[in-house]
Amino acid sequence: MRSLLAVFNVLGSLLLFCGVLYALPAITALLYGETGTAVTFIAGGLLAALIGLALRFATRPFREQLKARDGYLLVTAGWLLVTAVAALPLMREIPGISFTDAYFEAMSGLTTTGVTTLSHVDLLPHAVNLWRHALQWFGGMAMIVLAVAILPLLGVGGMQVHRADAPGSVKDARLTPRITQTARALWLVYLGLTVLCVLGLLMAGMPFFDAICHAFTVMSLGGYSTHDASIAWFHSGRIEFVSGLFLLVAAINFSTHFAAVRKGEPSLYLRDPEARWMLIWIGLSIAALSVYVWQSGVYPSLGSALRYVSFSVISLATTSGLISVDYSVWPLFVPMWMLLLGCVTSSTGSPGGGIKMFRALVLLKQSLREMFVLVHPQAVAPLKIAGSVIPNRAVYSVLAFIFVYFMTLVVLTLALLASGLDFISAFTAVLGSLNNAGPGLGLVGPGHSWWALSDYQAWICIAAMFLGRIELFTALVLFTPAFWRK
Amino acid sequence: MKVLILGAGQVGRTAAYHLSREPANEVTIVDTNEDVLRELQDRLDVRTVAGSASYPSVLEAAGIVDTDILVALTSSDEVNMIACEIAHTLYRTPTRIARIRASEYTSREKLFSDGAIAVDVWINPEQLVTEYIERLIHNPGALQVVDFADGKVRLVGLRALRGGLLVGQQVRTLKDHMPHADARIVAIYRDDRAIAPTGETVVQEGDEIFFIAARDHIQRMMAEIRRAEEPVRRIVIAGGGHIGFRLALQLESKYQVKLIERDPKRARACSERLENTIVLQGDAQDEELLIEENIDSTDVFAALTNSEEANVLSAMLAGRLGARKVMALVNKPSYGDLMEHRSIDIVISPQTVTIGSLLAHVRRGDVVRVHSLRRGSAEALETVVHGPADRSRVVGRKIQDIPLPDGSSISAVVRGERVIIAHHDTVIEEDDHVIMFLVDPRQVDAVERIFQVE
Repeated sequence: MRSLLAVFNVLGSLLLFCGVLYALPAITALLYGETGTAVTFIAGGLLAALIGLALRFATRPFREQLKARDGYLLVTAGWLLVTAVAALPLMREIPGISFTDAYFEAMSGLTTTGVTTLSHVDLLPHAVNLWRHALQWFGGMAMIVLAVAILPLLGVGGMQVHRADAPGSVKDARLTPRITQTARALWLVYLGLTVLCVLGLLMAGMPFFDAICHAFTVMSLGGYSTHDASIAWFHSGRIEFVSGLFLLVAAINFSTHFAAVRKGEPSLYLRDPEARWMLIWIGLSIAALSVYVWQSGVYPSLGSALRYVSFSVISLATTSGLISVDYSVWPLFVPMWMLLLGCVTSSTGSPGGGIKMFRALVLLKQSLREMFVLVHPQAVAPLKIAGSVIPNRAVYSVLAFIFVYFMTLVVLTLALLASGLDFISAFTAVLGSLNNAGPGLGLVGPGHSWWALSDYQAWICIAAMFLGRIELFTALVLFTPAFWRK
Repeated sequence: MKVLILGAGQVGRTAAYHLSREPANEVTIVDTNEDVLRELQDRLDVRTVAGSASYPSVLEAAGIVDTDILVALTSSDEVNMIACEIAHTLYRTPTRIARIRASEYTSREKLFSDGAIAVDVWINPEQLVTEYIERLIHNPGALQVVDFADGKVRLVGLRALRGGLLVGQQVRTLKDHMPHADARIVAIYRDDRAIAPTGETVVQEGDEIFFIAARDHIQRMMAEIRRAEEPVRRIVIAGGGHIGFRLALQLESKYQVKLIERDPKRARACSERLENTIVLQGDAQDEELLIEENIDSTDVFAALTNSEEANVLSAMLAGRLGARKVMALVNKPSYGDLMEHRSIDIVISPQTVTIGSLLAHVRRGDVVRVHSLRRGSAEALETVVHGPADRSRVVGRKIQDIPLPDGSSISAVVRGERVIIAHHDTVIEEDDHVIMFLVDPRQVDAVERIFQVE
């Protein structure tokens, strides 16, 4: 009970912080003369801050009593609570929106999934659109800090190998000696790259407000756009190029970015096995699928096939979900490949979702190791990634994670099928949500709003987004009796 | 010369043996183990002192005050370094040599620069042995390969086999076979006895031949003496100790390497640091393991464990099971003579490999490199010729006019970057590096005297 109260204390601080974030859309609203919207956000911010302060005050005697184990509860409860708070202004500002849809929208933003149940997002007030995009940006940042600083401590799904103090740690060295400093350093890298992305998009010819919003989307690997048609609205190869490039940048581990910037050694990127394999897989996929799409006669020239395929592959593999073309008209093989690629390509320590490249490599190498040991029964073959040994304990965690990942995929797909949805829509909706990528096929295909989903179906997708984002175990562990037993 | 050796382990004892048999040296050896020292004193003409090698009082008792060369060979890098430091600080010992194994130390050159740790020369026996085996594997067919003049010249020992162009021919016909590649046969051993090669000597099958050549001509020259062998591809190393592990590390990028190590912990440690080597945990004398790992298609089997008996046995077993060439690390010279050319193709004696690098520093004159050959029964050395002509018995003379003792010959001269294979009329110049072959190492004293400047 005491630790529960301690968790509430931290949640209070979190709410207070959220209240401060409301200033961003509030100022935007004032700048664009949307007075009513400004009032909503200011009121929302004050409300969040007040509740936060009250929580903090009430539980003050219990602060600083957190144990590492409370991290699971804190992350889970914090994420759900912040989502609810973020949904409030949407309910007031978007006419006719239900609580389910508002919560879906906020969850989709914070988990950087980036699919919407809204239509006509072009008509939303600037402040509301900025709020939607900023949610992704904050969610992405939260994910990076979570992945670099907190999940390794908890050891979720093999992440303990990224603990800076673990022997043979995969990463060069810990970024800074303290978590708060690490978080600040990552913020700076994230912020700096976002500014570069805004500049790049402006130079590619995107209007200022759109550039800000899309930079938020790109750097957090979200998927929201200020237009129903997403990136396709701009009809600009240059914009696709700039966003594609920054999507790749954002899908790389931010501690690698940090180390590369601080040491001034670009070669660190090549030494990061996740970044290297991501680029290889994406490169090969683009080459193969472009030729396939061109050969199947969708586009008259290889050039235009290459342009559309490469952006779609990058967008879906990095689990962003920005759309430059309706790929659902391509042969089913191509979008399926791209969606499944999203399960494994993005790096740990990036805002991307899915199994992550690190775990995919562990699974691959473990399978190879099994076969190797069949041939050489007396061989001693530790599993190594980039020369560091992954302890067996971590390998088991990874295998369990991947099992639970696929079980979640199956169970939630069945849950959607039970509601009468067709298989392709159900499967790709869960896949897109669980990977925090976004668009799927069929009813939830590219360029579609997900408005067609019933409330029940929307909640299934919300659950998938949430579980995928906080790495499954963080939330699932709360459902085990052992967690609650004293 | 007064030499003080610290540590009476394998390397220390061999050093004492080699140094004490040259009459000019006075050797003292320090160790903590009195039994070893007593046994040593029975065999060699050396002084022994029992005690901790780095304590000033022990060093003083061992006569550090007027010692010319301190050779620290204890099993601890740290003790060796401290002993050198103490010898330098308290007694101003002129030359200090230390055995340092850890590359953590040796890779930081600045540590041993002037004003830093007072070690003039560090040697790493395991590294030397590893490099030696590596050269043997790169040159299949060779029994011994040693470098001179930073690797510009190599001396190769090998056994003549049918199929070599020169076998059954006179040595002089070499010129006809290889008009451009300059090489010289410097020694021939027949039935373990040296015969002085002349142009008329006929090379016979089974002769052990030493030749010298520039590095690029080695392969051509070897083909003269035995049919060229298939290049090595698959290697099995038994023993994951310092030498076995290092060798695997060096070879794994170019060959298919398997490493067999008995101790599970050590096997694990090796496998964690090796990238492409297949590390097997098991016994190298286990027939089933060897068969399971396709010993019959292995090109080289190298037994490098700490136990020489185990090395001999596992190498013989591997040879019988079909490994193309087997090598064994053997410390006792008598074992080596017993085994080589019978059931084991190459016997590697770690002491002979190591001792050369020590001897070079003990010799008078400007000796750059000494290699012990045929397990210490012959020697090759590289020395720098100093002038001027009126004060030297060598500079400005033709090789045939230099009064070398019988059994000693000049094999090659390195002048700047140029390698000159010796002929009887080659004229020696100042600053030449002269490479010599000595059938009897006891002649080294006389040879050195000739090269000294008056």
